[in-house]
Formats: sequence, C-alpha cells, structure tokens
Amino acid sequence: MDLRTAIQLGVIGLTFFMLINASALLVLAERKIMGFMQQRFGPYLVGPHGLLQPLADILKLLMKEELRPKGADKWLFTLAPILSITAAFAAFSTVPWGAETTFFGLLDQPVKLGVADVNVGVLVVFAITSMGVYGIVLAGWSSNSKYSLFGGLRASAQMISYELSYATALAAVILLAGSMSLREVVDAQAGTWLGVLPRWYVFLQPVGFIIYMIAGVAETNRAPFDFPEAEQELVAGYNTEYSSVRFALFPQAEYINMATMSAVATDLYLGGWHGPFLPAEYGWIWFLAKVGFILFAYIWVRWTVPRYRYDQLMTFGWKWLFPASVLNLLVTAALVLYFNA
Amino acid sequence: MPETLLFYLLAGLAISASALVIGQRNPMYSVLLLIASFGALAGLYIQLDAPFVAVAQIIIYAGAIMVLFLFVVMLLNAPQEDAAPWDRTHQLRQPGVLRFGTLLAALLIVQLVWALGRAFGVDAPVASRAGGNVSSVRELGRVLFTDHMFAFEATSVLILVAMLGAVVLARREDEQ
Repeated sequence: MDLRTAIQLGVIGLTFFMLINASALLVLAERKIMGFMQQRFGPYLVGPHGLLQPLADILKLLMKEELRPKGADKWLFTLAPILSITAAFAAFSTVPWGAETTFFGLLDQPVKLGVADVNVGVLVVFAITSMGVYGIVLAGWSSNSKYSLFGGLRASAQMISYELSYATALAAVILLAGSMSLREVVDAQAGTWLGVLPRWYVFLQPVGFIIYMIAGVAETNRAPFDFPEAEQELVAGYNTEYSSVRFALFPQAEYINMATMSAVATDLYLGGWHGPFLPAEYGWIWFLAKVGFILFAYIWVRWTVPRYRYDQLMTFGWKWLFPASVLNLLVTAALVLYFNA
Repeated sequence: MPETLLFYLLAGLAISASALVIGQRNPMYSVLLLIASFGALAGLYIQLDAPFVAVAQIIIYAGAIMVLFLFVVMLLNAPQEDAAPWDRTHQLRQPGVLRFGTLLAALLIVQLVWALGRAFGVDAPVASRAGGNVSSVRELGRVLFTDHMFAFEATSVLILVAMLGAVVLARREDEQ
C-alpha cells in the first residue's frame, strides 16, 4: 500500500470518526444549549463543565438490559436499529468536506477530502437518506405496540410528504451549478460578487434554502416536526419498546442525520469550504464552522418552537411547502435558461 | 472476473428475493424482500455504467413507492393476505377472480418470453447502440425529451389519469 492510498483510507476513517463524535457532541450541545435557553446550567457534574457527559450516557446505555417484547417480530426488531444507523453513516459517503489537498506537499497528486466523489453525489445522499425511514417504520411495526405502530405510520407519511419538497429544492441548485457532483457544486460557488459578497447559492436561492432547511428538519424528525416520537402523545413513539444499545442507535442515527443534513446544506448553499481569510488548505475549518452554525440553528429551533399538530404538518407540507418549491424550481429554470442563452 | 462474480451475486439476490416475495404469507416480509430485490437491481444498473438510473431506482421505487406500500400494509395491519384454507366463500376464491388471475399470469409469461427472445439478438452493449453515453444525465434527458417524447408524454398522461381516478375514488364517500 503506497502513501496515497494510506492517506485516502485515513481520510475515510477520519470522516467516520468525526461522525461518531458528532453524535456524542451534539447530545451534549443539545443539553447545554437547552439549559442555557431555560436559564439553567445543563449537565455540569461529569468532567469539566459536564464535557464527559456523553461518555457517561453511552456507558449507562451499554450496561442496561436489552429487552424485547414477547409479541415483537424477532428479526425485524433487531434489524430496524441496524438499518437506521447504517443509512445514517452511508448517507455521508458522498459528502465532501474539504478542498483537494496535497498535505503541504507531502503527496504528488492531491487527495480529495471526503469519502467518495460520485458524479451523481447529490442524488446518492438523497437516495440513502430516503432509505433511512425504513429503520423507523420497521421499529414501529415490529415492536407490536400501538404507540410504536403510530410512530412508524407517522414517520412514513411525514417522510414521503417532505421528501418531495426536499428533492425539488435540491433540483434548483443542480440547475444553477449544472452538475450533480457535490464537489463541483461547491467549486461553482468559489469567489465573490463585486469583491465583497461570496458567491454562495444561498443568495441566489433564498427560498430554496428555507425550503431545504424546513424539509431537512422534518426529514430528520426533529422538533417542531418530531411526530414519530412525540412524547406527549405516543410515550416515545417508534422506539417505545427499545432499550440498551438498540435504543441508543436511534438517537445516534438521528444526530448523524442532522450532521449530514447540515453538511449537505453547507455544500449546496453556503459555499462549502470556500470562505475569506483562510487559504484553501484550511478550507475545512470554514466547512466545520458553517456546519456548526447550522447545527446550532437546528437545536435553537427545537427549544424555541412548539410542536405542530399532525394535520398542520401535512397541510403545510403539501399545500405550502411543495407548491413553493415547485415554483422556485420553475423560476430558477427560467432564469438559468434566460441568462445562459 | 470480480465483476462477473458480482453480477451473479446481484442477479441471484434479485431473483431469489423476488421469488421469496411471492412465497411470504406476511405482507410485511413481502414488501421488505421487494426492497431488497430493487436494491440488487440498482447494483446491476451500476454495473451497466448507469449510476443515474441506479440512484433513480432507489429514490423512486425503494425510497418512495415502497414506503407507501409499507404505509398501507401497516395501516391495514393484516397478518395474512391470503384466504384462510377453510374459507371457501372468500372473495379471492370466486371463479371469476381466479380466471382473471390466470389470464394475467399467462399474459406475463408471454411478455417475458417475448422480451427474453428479443434480448438474445442483442450483441452490442446498450451504450454504443444509443449513440451516446448512457451514464450521462444530460444525454439521458436529451434522448427522453426528443426521441422518446411520445412515450414520455403518454406515460405522464397515464399517471395523471390514475391519480385523478384515485382522487375520485377517495372523494366519493364525502358526498354521501
């Protein structure tokens, strides 16, 4: 194995490692930010300022007994959390997170920061995230419990409804960039307008960005759209009957999905690793900063906005969000055609 | 050689999963096996150097249509879709239903034989016959909206009709 292959494998391993850590850090960040918003400290006892709380949580969950209801479907009950976490990790496989780099002249040929570069990368991310719903639906069905079943039903209906708007918002960006490779979409956003404003697609696609973010919150089942596990109505929704590690995989998949959603939003709308002040070699710092900002917004929204009603969710998705995204796509297509002709 | 091995692996998975779909009593397992079959088909498309078709297959069939199937199966929550062996008056045991099913099965076999018979005459890869690169989305779009315009439009009208029919059927209860 030559140096280049080793470094490429190292980059892939690093991506995986970052995703695992992202889920742990997001749990802590969520609780800390929630505490701040509710005027308390949040977790504070484990480690300095409660920084080791995620480790304690993981240890606690590992020690718990694994329970399976008597009437549950043995195979699907085990398969569901595995499907969830696999889809969550796999979805990140075509998301690039840094410019091509030679590691300060260490290599002759530059290495791309990211797992894989596919020419239909945007669609691959979308395809795999759309498979993630099966984990939740199967968990709901196989538990043989009414609360879980309702959680699973809600998840499937919600995902279908918001996937359409999500995909249509993506299509508008693909039209602008003229490519379905995420790396090429990011590189199309390099540079500035008039020397000041960065050429990010968020300025060309403000409506698309808002639609993407709303649909993204619904796709990852976060509040105010967390109907599959609405605590006040469904106990814990699809994961009511789960315990121990099997349970832990569901929230972990959710947090990794959040990270993926934010990373894709950064690549599509916020110029990825392009930004002022830093040389291209350090572009990944910009990338992490932007992803962190979007993730903060995710948590911010969760602890600010109350949950919708289920019929409001459906009405909003089909009667407002979807028409808006189709209109956005049509206008974008017309303008691209006009300015390119 | 690994490519041939992968082909037989994916093809075997697709065929066995499809066969098992019919063999299941529980509709939930049928749906899941169908998803596995679609996944294997997507793998075959990638082998044919058509990643866009593969991804579209996953997004549309596995990601959207099968979620709807699953939704309906869960909503009905029927443990068994077949008529019970003792139930001689079940709807599915009516002679008319059985004859219609046999007719459809015979039609499907004729179609399969015809399609496979045509496939034997093909010696060149699809990409070179189409005169372009199948893996290019641009080329795919151009062909779809020029050469195959009629088929494309006819299909969309068909889907529209089906959609209108569904809305009419769903609406009927309201008016009573």
